[in-house]
Amino acid sequence: MPIDAAPTPPRRYALQSLFGPGQEGMVSHTPHAAYLGIRVVETGPAFGVCALPFREELIGDPRRRVIFGGAITTLIDHASGLAVACAVEKLTAIATIDLRVDYLRAAEPDLELCARADCYRLTRNVAFVRAVAWDRSADDPFASALGTFMLGANRGEAGVAALVRDKRDVQE
Amino acid sequence: MNRIVDLIPYARFLGVEVERTEGALECILPFRDELVGNASLPAVHGGVLGAFLELTALLHLMDDSGNERVPKPITFSIDYLRSAGPATTRARAEIFKLGRRVANVRVVAWQDDRRRPVVAGNGKFLLS
Repeated sequence: MPIDAAPTPPRRYALQSLFGPGQEGMVSHTPHAAYLGIRVVETGPAFGVCALPFREELIGDPRRRVIFGGAITTLIDHASGLAVACAVEKLTAIATIDLRVDYLRAAEPDLELCARADCYRLTRNVAFVRAVAWDRSADDPFASALGTFMLGANRGEAGVAALVRDKRDVQE
Repeated sequence: MNRIVDLIPYARFLGVEVERTEGALECILPFRDELVGNASLPAVHGGVLGAFLELTALLHLMDDSGNERVPKPITFSIDYLRSAGPATTRARAEIFKLGRRVANVRVVAWQDDRRRPVVAGNGKFLLS
């Protein structure tokens, strides 16, 4: 590095503290996540971990008592949105462009399911996310996923701005 | 026709109904506040739409085969085309390859206008 080069400023992650464990913003703003009982387990720079408690109503295959794939999609979509929120420097509206989920094996019945999403690349308009979901151990996932998200999708802006405003009021 | 919906607890949880329209199986997702993902628009949760598409594909396969065994999803991929507002969403699936072991299915969902889809999906299922 040339001697006169300015040091790179540390990256700012605006939302980690807003949406971390015990903060309800990410769930209360999303009625369906609250309905499913999704909670935030952990957040950090550009990643988020969410959990979905097992419920009989979520079963997709009664013979095997396996949770329906689509419920896992919701968990992964939610964790992915959280990862993007924890990756951007300033809160903006986030809209899913696409999401692909691979079902590696059946999830075990009666266990809480977890998903971790990492926003591995952020551009001005698009965020790229990969995610895994597991039941017993993060080393043995039953699903993996890839998603892309649009940043600054303008119709959602007002709502997100209001959410940030609420948050700021609480924090100050 | 709604009997196959009753076989899947998650389908009842979402409140999905099934109709046969113009000879095609059509799945219906009536709007409810519990399905909202973004409270400020409001818009149906992306995960719910993905699940609804996957369910439509699954019910279509079960209806087509007359088998009550639920096919296993291998992979499902979703394109979000428009925000889905507080209205009824409808979906239709099409099997474009039915192999001995794997079925390839496409699904499209719309709200008031079939020509303006809100979400589209593409899934591969293992037939047991």
